[in-house]
Amino acid sequence: MSALASIRPENKPLVIAAGFILLILLVGTAYTLATTGTAPLLQPAYLMQQLQIGAFLGICAAGMMLVILIGHIDLSIPWTLTAAAMVATAVGGGWAIPAAIAVGVAVGLVNGCGVAWLRIPSMIFTLGVDTVLRGLMVAQTGGFAPPDTATPLMLALAKDRVAGIPLALFVWVLVSLAVVLLLTRTTFGKALYAVGTRERAAYLSGIRNRAVVVGAFVGSAVCAALAGVLLAGYSAKAYQGMGNSYLLPAIAAVVLGGTHILGGRGRYAGTLLGVILIVLLNSVLSIMQMPEAFRQIIYGTVIVGMLLVYGRGNRVTA
Amino acid sequence: MIWWLRQSWTFAGALVLFVALFTLYNLLHPRGFSTAVLVQNANESVAITLLAMAQTLPVLMGGLDLSVGAVMTLTSCIASELLHGGPVEILLGMAVTLAAGAMFGFANGLIVVYGRIQPIIATLATGAIAIGLALLIRPKPGGNVDDDLNWALTNTVWDFADTYGLADGGDATWLQPFVNIPVPLILLFGVVVLVWMPFKRCVTGRTVYAIGSAEGAAFMSGLPIQRAKIAAFTLAGFLAGCGGLYLAIQTASGNADMVQAGAYTLNSIAAVVLGGTSLLGGTGGLVASLVGAFILRVISFYFRILDIDPLLQPLVEGLVLLAAVSVGAIHALRIKNRLELFR
Repeated sequence: MSALASIRPENKPLVIAAGFILLILLVGTAYTLATTGTAPLLQPAYLMQQLQIGAFLGICAAGMMLVILIGHIDLSIPWTLTAAAMVATAVGGGWAIPAAIAVGVAVGLVNGCGVAWLRIPSMIFTLGVDTVLRGLMVAQTGGFAPPDTATPLMLALAKDRVAGIPLALFVWVLVSLAVVLLLTRTTFGKALYAVGTRERAAYLSGIRNRAVVVGAFVGSAVCAALAGVLLAGYSAKAYQGMGNSYLLPAIAAVVLGGTHILGGRGRYAGTLLGVILIVLLNSVLSIMQMPEAFRQIIYGTVIVGMLLVYGRGNRVTA
Repeated sequence: MIWWLRQSWTFAGALVLFVALFTLYNLLHPRGFSTAVLVQNANESVAITLLAMAQTLPVLMGGLDLSVGAVMTLTSCIASELLHGGPVEILLGMAVTLAAGAMFGFANGLIVVYGRIQPIIATLATGAIAIGLALLIRPKPGGNVDDDLNWALTNTVWDFADTYGLADGGDATWLQPFVNIPVPLILLFGVVVLVWMPFKRCVTGRTVYAIGSAEGAAFMSGLPIQRAKIAAFTLAGFLAGCGGLYLAIQTASGNADMVQAGAYTLNSIAAVVLGGTSLLGGTGGLVASLVGAFILRVISFYFRILDIDPLLQPLVEGLVLLAAVSVGAIHALRIKNRLELFR
């Protein structure tokens, strides 16, 4: 523990998450070596494939992080993702992706305005927006997967590879770079941290709180829309409930990466590691053919266990 | 009275909204008000109401419990295994079910208090564990629940007495004023009176409110913060267990459905907010959430009697939820000093 204690507190989540990723790889490899005598987890091709799947979650988590940093949460991600995918496939042609992004911007504006101006807790407002989006899509499609297929560009973005590296991974890297630049090099990024730390102080120091909140929600919704475009490309079409499995893992990835759930603290590198951790954990569990029951139990135990190591809050003393 | 209204205008608003919605529902109902419809409505409201009550306790402390739906699913799976056989076995099965819920809530409390992890994220993780355990107990939907129990608890008082041969099979004179009351409503009333009222009045219960208002001040006043937090989460688990127990009895089965658990959790938060309990903590209560949950259910009852396209149902539900919370929040636009808005 003395080695752990010498790490600076803000680096602790990163180090532990990275260590845990190595542990997952080791355990998984030991398992495959023992059962089949191969080590697929250590092959670059396999890792690339896992990261390609992880890109969808990674992009969602990048957006979610912006919202969590200001101390809010965006529960509308599942249907923002689905709505964007459905609109993209329905519009088709060259305007498919801009249309999907426009859906993201619109949802983000609604979310942001509800939270910033009406001061409705984001937990409940984004939940309502999620339900409304689901309602719109169900009314539009009749509750079935729409017949439209993804455009060639969407298919290419999600599935094609350049020099052996999936294009989806490039998109994830671009989103990551954009978020890192946003958080570290712009006043908007600094304002996110300020609003998340103490709203009043941020307001008194001249930050336009409402604009910052709206900006964060637009960022989150646009990321979800982008993930929707890629996911629709990956499965060649949009379908009901395609975003359902991205909400909780995205929150878990952000928090496991050391971002404080109440806002104000956190670094993007942590979120990145959190996503990789969750993706690898999932893939090792599916290699082990773990039943769903044990998967859920392990999943929950890992989150609690890791947070017990480094996510502990301060004792209330006054 | 006026003082009370000023203190709890959100709750009063919710109550008025519920009474208006429910009256209109019965006026529009093709057969008018009837015991059969009331019994059915009551049955369908119990699980979400108990869950909204469970959610209220962490919310009063300014936290959230994202595991209530999962704990309800877990306990309903346990109950679906145990609630059959002789009276002693059934009662024991009920006790085990409720104890399991309470134990899970206790574990949540320990993690939050001694692990010092934010409740929202700790319960997100323990919720996954609860679903996993539920899947272990009941990999496929199904179950074996005593038929008499199912009938007696999902009908009127008369049917209850008739099933178990109490009060001359339900025909005793003293019972007559009550025969048409649905048993589920009595159960909810019992939970409020026997569990919530005593808890709210004791030091631990008051501390739960104090933590939500100002945790630092509560600490400095020497209130038992840790005990209150653990007690609140335990009670939340217990109430979620009550919900699971009733769900198992009502449906005579258990189903470890992850999607359903998630939907129940989110609806429980919506019900708490609709009832007028602030997500920031410190104000509100179990009775408010009961009204909130009823509002949520009445809205869905309307779909059956009005000729609304089933495909539009989710849209209408979402719009109503957004409208309800927006109306409650409109005063934020009227505040002159913007500093008051920020914390």
